Amino acid sequence: MAEGIRDRVAIIGMGCSRFGERWDCGPEELMQEAFHEAREDAGIEPAQIGAAWLGVFFQEQSTGKSGLPLSQALRLPNVPVTRVENLCATGTEALRGAVYAVAAGACDIALAMGMEKLKDTGYAGLPERTRGSFEDLWQPASTAPGSFAQLASAYARRHGISMDEIRRAMAHISVKSHQNALHNPKAHLHREITEKQVLEAPMVAWPLGVLDCCGVSDGAACAVVTTVDNARKMGHREPVVVKSLQLAPSNGWELSSNEWDGAHTVTTRLAAERAYREAGITRPLEELSLFEVHDCFSITELVVMEDLGLSEPGRAVADVLDGRYDIDGVLPCQTDGGLKCFGHPIGASGLRMAYEIYLQLSGRAGERQLDAPRLGLTHNLGGVPNRNVASVSIFGHADG
Amino acid sequence: MSASGKDGECGILACAAYLPRGRIARETLEEATGWVTGMGRRSSGTRHFANWDEDSITMAVEAARHALQRMSDEPTSEVASLNLATTTAPFADRSNAGIVREALNLNADLSPADRGGSRRAATSALIDLWARRQSGPHLLCAADCIDALPASDGERDLGHGAAAVVIGAGNPVARIRAAAARHEDFVDRYRESGTRFEYRLEPRWTRDAGTVSQLHDLIGQVLAEADTAATDIKAFLSPLPPDAERAVLRAAGLTQCVTAAPLRDSVGTCGSAHPLVMLSWALESAEPGDQLLLIGAGQGFDVLLIEASGGASDDPMSVGRQLAAGRTESNYVRYAALRGLLPVETGLRGERDTRTAHSAHYRRHSDLTGFNGGRCVACGKLQFPRSRICVHCHADGMQTPESLAGLTGTVNSFTEDWLAYSPRPPLMFGNIHFPDGANVMMEFSDFLPGEIETGQSVRMAFRIKDIDTRRHFRRYFWKPVPLAGEQSGG
Repeated sequence: MAEGIRDRVAIIGMGCSRFGERWDCGPEELMQEAFHEAREDAGIEPAQIGAAWLGVFFQEQSTGKSGLPLSQALRLPNVPVTRVENLCATGTEALRGAVYAVAAGACDIALAMGMEKLKDTGYAGLPERTRGSFEDLWQPASTAPGSFAQLASAYARRHGISMDEIRRAMAHISVKSHQNALHNPKAHLHREITEKQVLEAPMVAWPLGVLDCCGVSDGAACAVVTTVDNARKMGHREPVVVKSLQLAPSNGWELSSNEWDGAHTVTTRLAAERAYREAGITRPLEELSLFEVHDCFSITELVVMEDLGLSEPGRAVADVLDGRYDIDGVLPCQTDGGLKCFGHPIGASGLRMAYEIYLQLSGRAGERQLDAPRLGLTHNLGGVPNRNVASVSIFGHADG
Repeated sequence: MSASGKDGECGILACAAYLPRGRIARETLEEATGWVTGMGRRSSGTRHFANWDEDSITMAVEAARHALQRMSDEPTSEVASLNLATTTAPFADRSNAGIVREALNLNADLSPADRGGSRRAATSALIDLWARRQSGPHLLCAADCIDALPASDGERDLGHGAAAVVIGAGNPVARIRAAAARHEDFVDRYRESGTRFEYRLEPRWTRDAGTVSQLHDLIGQVLAEADTAATDIKAFLSPLPPDAERAVLRAAGLTQCVTAAPLRDSVGTCGSAHPLVMLSWALESAEPGDQLLLIGAGQGFDVLLIEASGGASDDPMSVGRQLAAGRTESNYVRYAALRGLLPVETGLRGERDTRTAHSAHYRRHSDLTGFNGGRCVACGKLQFPRSRICVHCHADGMQTPESLAGLTGTVNSFTEDWLAYSPRPPLMFGNIHFPDGANVMMEFSDFLPGEIETGQSVRMAFRIKDIDTRRHFRRYFWKPVPLAGEQSGG
């Protein structure tokens, strides 16, 4: 019987570039910036890396296919580099590859790099892309905000909550993330905003205004992982360890079945259940110290509060407005500003979230440091609500 | 030719029209373009125009669906032939009628035929079908979507629309009693192949030299063959301009007739489709026994004497209800942009390549064009797209094709996406729930921002999905639209 990944792998170093519209950087420079920090943090040389994973989503856009861009940028010693892609869960997928390799004993030290260079398209929002030769023939040529906006109208219908009330909670979510990002020097957006500004912002995809949308950013984040024993041998006495790494992709049910209410993400629920089980968590709201969710849009953050089992069904609006997930709330969310303000270089995002949990658990989160956090969770939702890949990862310190 | 033979049961089994919802007041046209024409033209009424995602194929499909629905006791699998009459066929070398056939899920062995080349295409086809006296049922669709240069007479008096008739043995709503046709290469207007706009000569020459004498003779011939007096004719349905029509009525002793002037005023003249649009409209208010003269015009004339045998009818597909559901466009620039008469900024997202993978399309052409999903024999549920493994119960290889085109959907979620490219922003799309388990994310059409609500009912319409301007191709799929005859606004 498989035992899962809990307490088997440690993160001994992480790095994250500054996120934003990095007109000054290409893919190479972004990866180099992130890796420089991680290498110093872990105290390793590239020659010690046994294998590496590179997560890039829009590889055609500016980076190129395969693992070569990473191997070349870091001048790695010709070790295996695997490029992975799983929509917005790409960064987490890269981490999963590295963690599993170490847990399997295939190598001592592995590197996971997530990176995205989005701002070379010449237009706002994510790059246009094909959905496949058959899907293009019938699916709407929608954008990400348009696809996620569906959650709002369906949520209102499902729970009988007015759109005004939902939009107020969405605005609260954005205001909170902007506030948190003020204490994060690497964040894309540093600007305090008000609920009124969110509600009155230009409409992107009803009911999502421009301030309900996360930043479209360039950036890279990476992690150096090894076994817990090895980490201790290398001098990392109380390393941050992986408690669970779970992934759940849609199987077409949401896309084609009217039994899905359109108001929740099935995959997040499944990934969360598995992750809590793997990590031995039974009361997440009480046991977790902080979490980073895939707040590509404010409405996404709202509904996943329920999907992660933190808010009761239909209660997320009230809980958010009560401040439950604010920095000083019961369970702080997006302490680094989240996708909303740290930014969303797609391939990097999963690792950027892990970076924040890593810093917080290590007591190195600076002005935004929480008081003695024990367990942190990250969540990605790649794709769109009716067809997506969800990942839930939990990090903490090794038991005993 | 005469109505020889005892074919009392052979006739027009159903007739229906489709009018696009968009229309513009001639006053609006005048305000925008009057500086070009000067002379202070009198402008009244409106003209209908197709949405950006409509063309002669999609409008013909809608008209045919209406007509077939009106004779719902006849299964569509029995339709014996399909003709599409249009002078604005989207494809010069691809069966336009074939696309209509597949959208209607009609049998592949009925040899769909394109008829064009003249605004008489529909009336000529109708005479042909009638003359054959075959039991059918034969489906004849006519659609036209003729655009005209800004400030031209055509922009003011043309309209876009479609109609369909089903001819055969059964329980006819009308009977063709006699018909006559005559060709004259009288070139008062023309469009060369590959050009978009027509070239017109002086209307008084058309009226005096080309219309009155030719048509007068043919009308006399038809009335004589049917042994009917001019005074017995109830309605004179012609696509002629008002002054030419008046002259013909006077010459033929038909001044007591009602005409289709209300359609000309509100819809415009819909090219080859116009005679059938008029017939549809007239039959909806006709009493049994009413005698109608139907005229097709274009390098000569077709004249048909038709006797109404069904009673007056009113349903959501009626011309009257469609006229009431029309939406008047007050912005000339938007009309011009939607019709491709004026290029407007699309944004960089408008540069998205919509090249069609034709091999992929062919693999699923029936699913896409006929909106055929799969019904699982194991669990009884429906899904789109159809797949080998049921999305509901995971049964393997148990699905049979079934079209969702005729189903009423319910809006479960939606958005108005201002970031995405659409020829008519915003791009509006959402999850549509269908009966028996299906959900499909679809692009709406004919709704404006603020008009969609969750829980509302929508019907499916065959529309253009994307236009590939680089390769001169268009692809089609189905879109949720307001229910037939209903105002789109909540």
